[in-house]
Amino acid sequence: MIRLSNVSKSFDDGDHYAVKNISLNIQKGETLVLLGSSGCGKTTTLKMINRLIEPSGGCIEIDERDAATIDPIELKRSIGYVFQGIGLFPHLSVEENVSIVLRLMGKSKSEREASAQEWLEIVSLDPGLYAKRYPHELSGGQQQRVGVARALAANPDYLLMDEPFGALDAITRDALQQELLTIKNRVAKTIVFVTHDLFEALTLADQIAVMNDGIIEQVGHPDELMQSPATNFVYQLFEKPGRQLRLLHENNR
Amino acid sequence: MNDSLYLFLLNHLPALGQKTMEHFILTGIAVSGAILIGIPFGILASRRIMVRKIFFTIAGIIQTIPSLAMLAFLLPFLGIGVIPAIVALILYALLPISRNTYTGITEIDPSILEASDGLGFSHNQRLYLVEIPIALPTIIAGIRTAAVICVGVATLSAFIGAGGLGDFINRGLSMNNTRLILLGAIPSGIMAIALDITIGAIEHKFSWKNKS
Repeated sequence: MIRLSNVSKSFDDGDHYAVKNISLNIQKGETLVLLGSSGCGKTTTLKMINRLIEPSGGCIEIDERDAATIDPIELKRSIGYVFQGIGLFPHLSVEENVSIVLRLMGKSKSEREASAQEWLEIVSLDPGLYAKRYPHELSGGQQQRVGVARALAANPDYLLMDEPFGALDAITRDALQQELLTIKNRVAKTIVFVTHDLFEALTLADQIAVMNDGIIEQVGHPDELMQSPATNFVYQLFEKPGRQLRLLHENNR
Repeated sequence: MNDSLYLFLLNHLPALGQKTMEHFILTGIAVSGAILIGIPFGILASRRIMVRKIFFTIAGIIQTIPSLAMLAFLLPFLGIGVIPAIVALILYALLPISRNTYTGITEIDPSILEASDGLGFSHNQRLYLVEIPIALPTIIAGIRTAAVICVGVATLSAFIGAGGLGDFINRGLSMNNTRLILLGAIPSGIMAIALDITIGAIEHKFSWKNKS
């Protein structure tokens, strides 16, 4: 379980807050989507969970342990991270990319190769075909599959995903979203997922936290947000696509 | 004429071998020294803006000093012989190596560095597993430039008694003997080209850009 209590972040000593006093509970096995437009503080929030960014105030607990007391490098290795920019290592093969965290932890070569095999299969990349290739030989969608496998290879309980499918075309994005749901069913991870795409949020989320200007407008199950928006912002966010969906629904009947 | 050229080469062959070897060793020691100093400074410059400013300013000024003037300048401090020659060569080789190390590291895609930090690389792991390997082709390109510069400058080291192929050139100049001049100039030219090609091949081998 991840618990954020009154967490804030200011990059300019308090003149302006990127994240203001937010509190969140993320239960084991659930997917929480941080939804909001760019600059709303969702990525900052995500990065504070594994201490890529240190909070200015508040407390973040991971499995009842205060994250501030955990060694930051150990913490990062114990939490999978999928990056918006993918960030595969261009000088390492797919296999070496996937097992890099195991290498950091000093695991043997055979153990690393076995793990890379296993996780490549889970993200639907044939290890026989792709293990020895290099990132530049892969398509964007394949690269991010490797990115997901890399995040999972050390078998972390938690997975942080920062707009991982944002740069992909709509069809590939859709395929990877479905893939992620399948993976989640198979390996039961707790996921925090950042996106600005409402439909992506609706597809993946058990809970959605709508963020705007550094604060959380509303947290809840997607239905709850749609049926009873707590603020005008949430209402606006769901109103237009909601209307479109209803129209679609009626036309299909 | 052809006969005498043949005799000339035959007579000078042992000396040519020795001078070529001296020249090569002089260059080799200087480039190795510059690698040992230049790479750490290049890395440091990518971390600390003050190091970058001070180091590259000094190295840049050194680069503009004409080689003969540099040797003359070192004379009162280090005298004559191999040591001042090596010092001068290292000073010239320093800038291309450190500059390329710095460039190679700072031009790495930020998303790759973010990934290293986010996945839990320690500082040293990030340097040895990510930054240096990715910058390596650029660093080797700097070593290549440095080696070619050194082969050229090393011909002048003969003026301060450091030996090498410059000896032939010096003697040729003072005796007005074109053959002797060319006996020094042509092999040093060949050495520069050979080093350029060899290090270029190494650079290609270490380049991850064409791995597959």
